[in-house]
Amino acid sequence: MDKVAIVGCAQTQYEAEKIDLTISELVFEVVKKLHNDLGITNDDIGCVISSSNDFNDGRTIANMAIQDAVGSVRKSESRVSGDGAFAYVYGAMRILSGEYDTVLVVSHSKCSEGDQLLINNSIFDPFYQRHLGLDQISSAGLMANMYMSKYGISETQAAKVVVKNRKNAINNPYAHLQNEVSIDDVLNSPILAYPLKELDFPPYSDGAVAMLLTNEENAKKFTDTPVWLKGYASCTDAYYLGHRTMTDLIGLELASKEAYKMAEIKDPVKDLDVAEAFEAFSAHELMIYEALGFCDKGEGGKFIESGETQIDGSIPVNPSGGVLSSNVAMANGLIRVTEIALQLMGKAEKRQIIDAKTGLAYGMNGICSQGNCVLIFGGE
Amino acid sequence: MPKHDVAIVGIGQTKFRSKRRDVNIPEMIYEAVKMALDDAQMEPKDIDAILIGNMDHFEGINFSEMWCGIDAAPGYLKPVVKIATGGTTGSSLGICGYYNIASGIYKNILVVGWEKLNEGGATTGIITAFDPVWERPSLAGALGPLALMANIYAARYGITSEQAAKVTVKNRSNAANNPFAHLQMPDITLDYVMNSQMISYPLRLHDCCPQSEGACAIIYANEEEAKKITDNPAWFKGVSTAHYYTFGTDELMYNLPTATIASNKLYKKVGIKDPVKNLDVAEIYEPTSWSELSWTEALGFAELGGGGKLLDEGITLMSGELPVNPSGGVLSTNPIGATALVRFAEAAIQVMDRGGKRQVPDAETALGMGFGGSLWTELAILGKDPNPLR
Repeated sequence: MDKVAIVGCAQTQYEAEKIDLTISELVFEVVKKLHNDLGITNDDIGCVISSSNDFNDGRTIANMAIQDAVGSVRKSESRVSGDGAFAYVYGAMRILSGEYDTVLVVSHSKCSEGDQLLINNSIFDPFYQRHLGLDQISSAGLMANMYMSKYGISETQAAKVVVKNRKNAINNPYAHLQNEVSIDDVLNSPILAYPLKELDFPPYSDGAVAMLLTNEENAKKFTDTPVWLKGYASCTDAYYLGHRTMTDLIGLELASKEAYKMAEIKDPVKDLDVAEAFEAFSAHELMIYEALGFCDKGEGGKFIESGETQIDGSIPVNPSGGVLSSNVAMANGLIRVTEIALQLMGKAEKRQIIDAKTGLAYGMNGICSQGNCVLIFGGE
Repeated sequence: MPKHDVAIVGIGQTKFRSKRRDVNIPEMIYEAVKMALDDAQMEPKDIDAILIGNMDHFEGINFSEMWCGIDAAPGYLKPVVKIATGGTTGSSLGICGYYNIASGIYKNILVVGWEKLNEGGATTGIITAFDPVWERPSLAGALGPLALMANIYAARYGITSEQAAKVTVKNRSNAANNPFAHLQMPDITLDYVMNSQMISYPLRLHDCCPQSEGACAIIYANEEEAKKITDNPAWFKGVSTAHYYTFGTDELMYNLPTATIASNKLYKKVGIKDPVKNLDVAEIYEPTSWSELSWTEALGFAELGGGGKLLDEGITLMSGELPVNPSGGVLSTNPIGATALVRFAEAAIQVMDRGGKRQVPDAETALGMGFGGSLWTELAILGKDPNPLR
């Protein structure tokens, strides 16, 4: 594979409700920040790939609203309807095709402007499942219940994910929730869908993220520390929850194996220095450890207890605080890519993992890890 | 030139109709997918990845690709991605498919566009595309802005209702030769169009596209795979997209500048000096009769204001120098998420010489066009080889 580089990224502060900004203004904020950071103008942008969701924005063709903000006048812009990790992939494809020298990838969401439960209920088919009232909360409860009872994972083990990620978020100036919580806080929060409680779930956040991609020839014009794509794979699990193996993330497991092969990663815990994963609920992160091969099946609970995924462990997961601290629907995957890029550039400030050279970003579409995107990056 | 040449090796379309009450959404899409797989003599397991798209709000299904990519297309344990950009959804899918192959990431990909408009409301959906504060009260929906454009265009260039009606007569009689077309009217007359109900001045009922249900599926492959599948693929010579301002009122509203920007870039790349001479056939996205006249100007087939004359002289008829929309175009068939992909499919069918009664003789170079969003244009030029014209 030819080389494609991330040479700059910009994020907004993630917040519960950015009532003073329209979606277009939100996106303009990150695009302008990226221009200023890299010392470029709109003329330096070859084309734009965005990711957004019409249901979330309450707008058909949601990317219509951001044309001025991304500067795609007289240019090509296209929109992935889904998680930002897939927008990154499409942007990388445009570089790899050789037809564009630079691609701006942008993702945004204002979760505050919609009813997230109704929006997620609309993912379920209109005939059989939607009327059951399924959404991201109730389906997560089903998955956590099956996973935890099959492998004997305790609620305390799941709560440790929340404690870790919320603590990490204190070091991330962009994170939405920046306060520590204790295991007791998590265990004593109200039950939303047994065995998951309020603090096992992420908040809903508003924000935007942007990055610039380029090819090998041009990367050094923009930065001394480009971040290179080393491995990619995507895999989609069954749609109906009843057709899934709800105790294991099969799609993610297959995608990670393929991505490891491409990036020549044999032992992920040894070969990866950091991972940023889209964890939709606490126990989900434990399932992600297993699917990514960080530990054996059913060992996710013990693995969090070992401390290996803490910021000072052998494979820190979500040093940014993860989705449990900032949940910008549709942008979550691109934020994961951005955080890995910052780590490998050595620009992650207080959340920096020392000498991080190889990192993994995981983005996801749909309910309970249905659509999976695994990306592996390497620094200079 | 892209890293890998990209070919179309299999095509499937449903018969487009106003209502498909006999099938649900995945069943309808599967008809087109199966046809494309059979056409390329491929099994579901042979497909590397799926791109699938429609407009979320039209059927009220969020993440529809997570359902349809699995139940209607062979996406289980494969990559499934949704691209949605309004009217241009089909061409955005078609162009994304091109980059999936051109980049070398996949060796083949199944690209699917679909819409089942009677299970929702297209106009209701389109209204929400417009800014809630500035535009929604005045310029929302599809027909209002298109009528405004037709009005300004007609006033500026003296285009007549009769010239516009000729587009409908041409396209709907062409559609009679296309077994997949929705409105097939071999005996349609100018009077029938010009006496139809006024919808939004100057647009009458038959100046407007219908809303159709159906799906279109195309299989793309790289050089190596394409050779194994068929000795008669359609090759991409290039693709091009141009977007414009967010607000409709920032536009000129009498022609389509994005079509001029996108086509100039693409013609240069493909080595087209005179599109009427160098192209053999064009499948363009005309939501109204008036728009076809205007778009043909923007694409450089005629000078500004010369679209009416172009058709009067018969240049865009089946028998003309550059037949436009031999399939019947959008005025005959409009399943929104599939519409622009059908343009690419029909362009490919022409260069593969598989058009049956709608075949343009000796077609070697074909243009496919998507139109949508806030007056965006997306184009692809297909040919018998991937090289620029000499």
